[in-house]
Parts: sequence; C-alpha cells; structure tokens
Amino acid sequence: MRYRTYHDVPGKDRSQLAHQVAAQRARVTERLGAIDRVVAVMSGKGGVGKSYVASVLATAASEAGKAVGVLDADLNSPTVGRLLNAGPLNMTDVAMLPAVGDRGVRVVSSDLVLDEDAPLRWRGASSEEFVWRGTLEVGMLREFLADVEWGQLDLLVVDLPPGADAAKDLMTLIPSVAHGLVVTIPTEESRRSVARAIQAAQDVNMPLAGIVENMSAYHSPDRGEPGPLFDGDAGAALATEFDLPLLGRLPLRPGRSPADAVGDAPGLVDRVLERLL
Amino acid sequence: MKFLCIDCDAQMEFFDRQEPGDGTFAAAFACPTCGRRVAMLANPMETHLVGSLGVTIGGNTLDQDPLHLVKSHVEGAEGKLAGHGRPAWTPESRSRLDRVPSFVRGMVMKIYNEWAMERGISEITPDVMDEARVDLGLEEM
Repeated sequence: MRYRTYHDVPGKDRSQLAHQVAAQRARVTERLGAIDRVVAVMSGKGGVGKSYVASVLATAASEAGKAVGVLDADLNSPTVGRLLNAGPLNMTDVAMLPAVGDRGVRVVSSDLVLDEDAPLRWRGASSEEFVWRGTLEVGMLREFLADVEWGQLDLLVVDLPPGADAAKDLMTLIPSVAHGLVVTIPTEESRRSVARAIQAAQDVNMPLAGIVENMSAYHSPDRGEPGPLFDGDAGAALATEFDLPLLGRLPLRPGRSPADAVGDAPGLVDRVLERLL
Repeated sequence: MKFLCIDCDAQMEFFDRQEPGDGTFAAAFACPTCGRRVAMLANPMETHLVGSLGVTIGGNTLDQDPLHLVKSHVEGAEGKLAGHGRPAWTPESRSRLDRVPSFVRGMVMKIYNEWAMERGISEITPDVMDEARVDLGLEEM
C-alpha cells in the first residue's frame, strides 16, 4: 500500500505550524515597516569592539538628530545596554518598550532581561541542548524585533555576535537589511576571521557599507602621542581584498564612553552615516 | 502533521490535547468514519524542540503575549518583563543623568536604581533624584 502525501490529504493541519511560523515572520515585517534602515554591525572575530563601534555609531546618529535604536543580538555576551547606560525595559499588554540609553538611543538587549551577571540559561530539557538552542536564539531575536515597540526609527543598529553565520541568521529574519558594517582590528588573525564573515555575508547577499578598523592606535593617558596597539593593517587589506571602502580607524582610549568617542576619529562617523542613511 | 485512518482512508479529527507530565505532549485524534481513536505522544525532547519555534503546539493560537518565547524559555526573564525590574527613567531625569561624567554614569545610575527599588519606586523623575541625593548624602551627583 502506498500512502498519500501530506498535501494529498486536503483537510487542515490542526497545529498549523507552518502557518504560525509565517505569521511570526509577518509580525517582524510589520514592525520593521516603521524603521527606515537596518544596519548590522558584524565581524567574524570576537573582541574587536563591535558593540563599541555600534554604540558610537548610534550615539553619533542620535546627536545628528536621527531617531536611533540598537538591538544587541549578541545574546550570550550582551554589552550594549551597559555601554549606553540603558535604563530598564518596560512592558505593555501588546509590546515591550525599549530601554532608553545615552543620547536617547533606544536599546534592547538580553542583558536587560537577565539577572545581574547571570548567563543566558534556557529552561526545559537539559540534555541535548545543542539540538534546540540555536532555534531558541533566533526566536529570541525574532521577538526582540517583532514584539518591541521601537516606534519610528531612522536607523536600527543590530550588533551581531561574532561568527561567520551571524549575518545569515539575521538575513533570515530581516531580508531587507540595508547594510552590514564590518569591524576588524589591525591583526592578521582578525583579517582572516573577518574575511570569512564577509564572504558569509556575501553568500546571503547582504550589502556591505564598508570597514571600520577599531583599536587602530592606543592613546595612553600618560603620553601625548598615540602609538600602535597591534601589528598589522587588516582594515586596508580587507578593503582591497573585497573592494570595500575603509571608512576609518578608531583609536582605543581607555575609559572613553561611546558617546564621548564620536570625536576620536574625525570624519569616520560622518562617512559611515553617509553610507548608511 | 495529519493522521490518516488507514482502513477508512480518512483524515482523523483532533479531539483532545494534554500535557500529562515529564514534558510529554499528547494529542488525541478520532476517525470520523469508524470512530477509531489514537493518541500521539511526543517525548519531552520532541516537545521542547517544537516549542523552541515559539509556536503553540497542538493548537492554532497565533495571538500570543509579546515576548512569549523569552518569558517561557529564558530563566529569570518573566520577572523582569513583568515589571519587577529596574525603575524607568523619565526623559528629564535621563537628560540630567547624561550630564554626569561618562566614566561614573553607570555607577550613579545603579545607585539611583537601587535606592528607588528599595522604596518600590517604579519611575525615576528629577524629584526622585533630588530626594535620593539628599537621603544618600550625594548632593554633588
């Protein structure tokens, strides 16, 4: 006996899982209708300062009169909430309201829903967690997009976690991402890692606005002149390899908040915003 | 997922769902022609895997609460999202906080938050900041 296929049986599927997933995506699309541009700050390598660059960019755009939000998509190592001194999240019956950080930037971060210094822990079956953890992480991002009353925004900056596949996950949720902004540090190790992430982003047709080289120099509080912090020239090398503009270099100044760092790289923020807005 | 009665070649109809324990999900179906009944039992891992999609298993409810998946799956999130978290800052108080040097701003914010939470204050206004400063002896902040 040969059974009929799922689609051969004309009756409705009681749980309608596919329909529910489609409805979830539609909610994301509807919410993003009030947002002019979505920009993903990305890098293949951890520790290059993506969150810092994202926060500098957001505060600069806000100072320029733009309505700006930041979604901290680094669910397991969230830092944007603290970098921008974000207040609490608040709930209404129909949506979550973003926290408000420095310069009025609207912020949503897993940091704001976790206990102080607690890791992201998932409830439920503890064995074989790897099977469903990725699905839950994408689901959490989806809710941070769809269930948040972002309001009318000129720019939503998404701070992606490190890893070559982060851009792919985001493009699954938001096919309309306007640009990716690539962050590297000067080292050869960073160049290799970031090159993989750029290729992964290109695989899913994410347009890339350009490259920012972070920690390009070190400003010691005790010395007048900045000096190099790392060997290498990854920003320029990646720009040449992928035919992308090197939008600028951001030095490291200890203790500098993102809001105060806007002037540390004259012209950088202007060039980035010009590409993004 | 659809259930087919082989003998009748008819799609079975849903009539009950239960979560009897240990993470098992049960859905029961009956054949509209012969009345044969079956129950599908999903093991806890299967239940959790489908639940991680953020969908309603065994039903078709689409109007879930906002942050339904975060509240139900992330430890500690439900309390934070139920309004028991840190107090809200009004735009006026935020503007005042922005005038504090950035390297101590986070610490100052934490001091105000803790002071307000201890008193059950849900919103920090400039008046609340003034009261806290006097109470804590922080007139310079």
